[in-house]
Formats: sequence, structure tokens, C-alpha cells
Amino acid sequence: MERVDMTTVSNGVNVKALLDARDALKGAPEAAQFTWRATSKWQNGVHSTTRIQQFFGLGQEQNHKTEAVFEADHPEVFAAEDNGITPIEYLLVGLASCLTAGVASVAQNRGIQLRSVESTVEGNHDIRGILGADSDVRNGFNDIKVTFTIDADASEKDIEALVAQSQKRSAVFDALTNPTSVTVEVA
Amino acid sequence: MSDRSIEHVVLERGEIANSWRRERWDSLRLLTPNRQSRLPGHRYDGPDPDGYMTAGEVADFVAGFAKVADAPVRTGVDVTSVRAGRAGYELETSLGPLGARSVVLASGACNRPVVPPFHTEVPASVVQVTPFDYGAPDRLPDGGVLVVGASATGVQLAAELRRTGRPVVLAAGEHVRLPRTYRGRDVLWWMEASGVWDQRYDEIDDLTRARRLPSPQLVGSPSRETLGLNELTALGVEIVGRLAAVRDGWALFSGGLRNVASLADLKMERLLDTFDAWAASAGIDAPPPERFAPTRVPASPRLRLDLRGGEIRTIVWATGFRPEYGWLHVPVLDGKGRLRHDGGVVAPGLYALGLPVLRRRKSTFLHGIEDDAREVIAHLAAGL
Ligand SMILES: Cc1cc2nc3c(=O)[nH]c(=O)nc-3n(C[C@H](O)[C@H](O)[C@H](O)COP(=O)(O)OP(=O)(O)OC[C@H]3O[C@@H](n4cnc5c(N)ncnc54)[C@H](O)[C@@H]3O)c2cc1C
Repeated sequence: MERVDMTTVSNGVNVKALLDARDALKGAPEAAQFTWRATSKWQNGVHSTTRIQQFFGLGQEQNHKTEAVFEADHPEVFAAEDNGITPIEYLLVGLASCLTAGVASVAQNRGIQLRSVESTVEGNHDIRGILGADSDVRNGFNDIKVTFTIDADASEKDIEALVAQSQKRSAVFDALTNPTSVTVEVA
Repeated sequence: MSDRSIEHVVLERGEIANSWRRERWDSLRLLTPNRQSRLPGHRYDGPDPDGYMTAGEVADFVAGFAKVADAPVRTGVDVTSVRAGRAGYELETSLGPLGARSVVLASGACNRPVVPPFHTEVPASVVQVTPFDYGAPDRLPDGGVLVVGASATGVQLAAELRRTGRPVVLAAGEHVRLPRTYRGRDVLWWMEASGVWDQRYDEIDDLTRARRLPSPQLVGSPSRETLGLNELTALGVEIVGRLAAVRDGWALFSGGLRNVASLADLKMERLLDTFDAWAASAGIDAPPPERFAPTRVPASPRLRLDLRGGEIRTIVWATGFRPEYGWLHVPVLDGKGRLRHDGGVVAPGLYALGLPVLRRRKSTFLHGIEDDAREVIAHLAAGL
């Protein structure tokens, strides 16, 4: 693919900072170790509130500018109060935002000007699994489908390549498609 | 070095062309066509330049070269240690110590099969083999086989096993898809003629990535068949995602199969575009450009497989190879045990040849050694 002068393209991603960080962290794997943290509190019923502000990275504690607060609940069809989206929908939020960030970064790096990037994420879920109605049905999504609509100064092939590369470098895509060891303890 | 009258000796722990005699499976043929079996001053001159040599024929070809070149090879000499010394390097060998002003590490890029760490989690009822001990299908227990890895080795072994009638599951991570022939010629003819293979290491954007690129999905067969995921699916091989872990007796596969397949499709098309552009500018007389159907991925590839269930009796780890440097006591390896070098120049008086993209994309291929060796030996000679 032809490389366009990056300075003429602006998707608002500071690719130089990312590339500098990549070079700096190559020789400093310790600094690349991040811990993302959320704290959650049960409210009532299946309603809980999760807060996120601090994380660890680059060798020290870090802070988001402001605390973010997420309500999770179940919808009324589950006989709940619907104070927020269901936990599994948060995975869709994570996937959509991660892939979108990837598209923007890769486009910037490849000198592709984006005009709009929209996506729809659908996770198919057979809830007989979580209800224990059929032990052959898994608890999680059966499958997830993401559909991007992208308007950019690039050929269809280049746009497909953008979307493919954004999956390849996506933290959430990896976390959803590959098994991760999870430990749950009582403090 | 003979041409430059540099006094030298070639130490080989086994026989000449040992890797081709001992470390290949029975049915293996080169994936490079005979016309690309070239070593300096020695080339294939048989009747079938488009054919593919068997491993035995490669061994004979290399031995023939050693004779023609009158190379001072000492076989059966194992180098057990290389250390920096006062005047160059001090070697320990199975024949005793030896000193050398310069040492060229030509010990190969594929001394050991790479197997993922979670192989220890595989239940004992499943037999595990690597390409080094695979041999032939009839040496595996009857029953289903999980082939892990879909590069040249994996696709070849999956096809061979499937053709014996066994159920075969192939776990495919990132891979390089190529048609066997393109516009009437071997695809590797295009790689060579268009100059892609000559691309130098200092012209490549992401050299680390280029050096880690898996081998292409190619097989050298008399029928010149293409052997990618679509062809394997047609043979009845079940394709699943990359094997991500083995846990509690279950093999867990990545759900990212569709993406690795489309990455491979896109990359193949870009490469074919490069060939077409070159053919147009160079005025190559060839049939019109071809495009190939996208990789068909099953609608819902299996994500897990019970290794205790008896469906799979054998796992074939076709997960790549790595060099072995246990005998190299010079601090030239990086944190991952890879040799640090700049185009084959490792340290004063210490050189390497035959590693991936050492100086060019073709560096690990038989015909790729010639240009690299000329440049590396010129550097060596200048330092003497
Ligand atoms: C499965 C497979 C298929 C391949 N197919 C092709 C193909 O189709 N076309 C192609 O061009 N290339 C192919 N290759 C690449 C092929 O390995 C090279 O083309 C060629 O064999 C490389 O030669 P080499 O001398 O660099 O390494 P090797 O052939 O590995 O030779 C290195 C030698 O060093 C010896 N040695 C290692 N350590 C020591 C020590 N400490 N002391 C003494 N001796 C030592 C080994 O015994 C070995 O004989 C393939 C490789 C593999 C693994």
C-alpha cells in the first residue's frame, strides 16, 4: 500500500507517541506491565455499581482524569429494575470501542483520512446456559458479529485491511477470543 | 573462503546435509522448485526444473556441492563450546580444542521443533509428536489427529494424514497463504523474478516481524497442487482457530479464525498485485492475472475439544522450529535466546548465515545463501 505523508492526515491519534512508546517499552518490559482495576459494590437485586479511576502502569500508580461509574442490572424482561445495562453488554462496549480505537490508530499510521467510523456489535446469547436449563449450552455468547461502516479516503481493500489489523492488535478482541486465566477469591 | 584463499574448516556433527537426512519426515519434498536448488557454482541440471526434490535428493545435492566446491568438511565433529579467546575464539569439539580467528555460525535455523509450554497439560492418553519424530502416518496410533499449526509443515502433514482416512483437526493461527502456481508459473518463480525475495533486511519496515514470518502454505508435489485452508477443507480436514491453551483436558481454540484467514487473504492479494505490477512494467508474457476465492471459514468453528474423549489420539505440533545455541558461550543472544546480529555480523570475528531474513527475504532458502555468504565473507575477510 502506498504510504501517504502522515502529517496531511488527521484522525486525532497521536501515532508518534504510540510508536515512541513501543520503542521505549521494547527494552523495558517491566514498565509495560499494566494493571487495570475496577471496584464493584452490590446495590440490591442484581443491580451493582462499578467504579474505575486508578490503574497501575509505567512503574507507578496512575489516575484517570475523573472517576467513571457504571451501573449494571438486568432488564425488566428478567424481572429486574433495569438500572443499567447487563454485564455481558459491557463486553460489547469494550469490543466496539477497542476495535474503533484500533481502526483510527491504524488509519493514522497508514496515512488514511477517516471521515466516519460506525459499527454495530451483536452478541448472540442463548440464556438457557446461565439459567441452567440445558447443560450443553454455554453461559457466554455463542458468537459476536461486528459490522463496520467506514467512510475514508481509501479503497475498499485498504479499509478491509484496516479492520483486519485493528482486530489483530485489539486487547478486547484477544480477551474475548482466547482463553484467559481468571482467579476469583474471597478476601 | 576457498576463493579468497582463507584457511578454513567446516565442522559438522553429523553427516553432510544432516538436517535433510535425519530431521525431515518421509514424504517431504522441497517446496522450492528444482530450478531454485542452486548453491554457488552448483545447480540442478536434471530433466524437471519445475519439479520438487525429495529430502534424500536434497541431501545428495548438498553432498554433491561439497564435492564440487572441494569444501574442507570434517563430519562427525560436534562443537560443544565456543568462547571468546585472546586471538579470536576458542572452541571445544568432540575431537578436542580448536582456536579460530573467526567463526561463522552456520548451524541452522531449525535445530529444534518449538512446542508451546502448555503441551504438558495434554492428557497422557494422547500421543504427542513433532516434525522431527513424525516420520509417516503409519507410525502414529490409529484414530484422530490434531495438527497444531497451519504453515508449510502443518498443512502438508494434515493433508497426508487426512488422505489415510483419519479424522484430522487443524488449528490455524496466523499463516501465509499462496497458490502453488500463478499465471502459469510457480509462485516462487514470481517471488524470485519480481525481486520480492531480494528485498534487503535494511529496506524492510518491520524486520522483527519479517524474521518471524511463518513459512508459506506450500507443498512440493508432482501434481503441483495448491494446499491452503480451502483445499484442506475440501479434503475433509476440520479447521479450527489457533490452539490457545489446554486446560482440564480440553483443547481451547481461538475464536479469531475468521480474522487470521482474512489477513492471509488480504496479504496474498497484495503480493499478487505486486507481481502483476512488476509483470506489467517488465513486459512479462504471461496469462492474465488471477484472483482466488476467499478462505472459507466454518460458520461456527469448534472452540473446544475434549482431549480425553478419544476423538483425538495424536497431537502433531507443527508450531515451528528454532535454532539451538546451548554451546555458544558468547553474550550475543537477546532475552528470548535469539541471536543478535546486523545482517549476519554478530561480533568482531563472529558471523552467522542461514537465519530468517539474515540479509534478504530469501536468506533461509537454499538458493538464498549465495548472496549472503558473499557479503558476510567479504566482511570477515576485511577483518582478518
Ligand atoms: C521442514 C523444512 C523444510 C524446508 N524446506 C525448504 C525448501 O523447500 N527449500 C529451501 O530452500 N529451504 C527449505 N528449508 C530450509 C532449509 O533448512 C535450508 O534451505 C537449508 O537446509 C539450510 O541449510 P543450513 O546449512 O543453513 O542449515 P541446516 O541444514 O540446518 O544445517 C546446519 C548443520 O549444522 C550442524 N550443526 C548444528 N550445530 C552444530 C554443532 N554445535 N556442532 C557441529 N555441527 C552442528 C547440523 O548437524 C546441521 O547439519 C526447509 C527447512 C525445514 C526445517
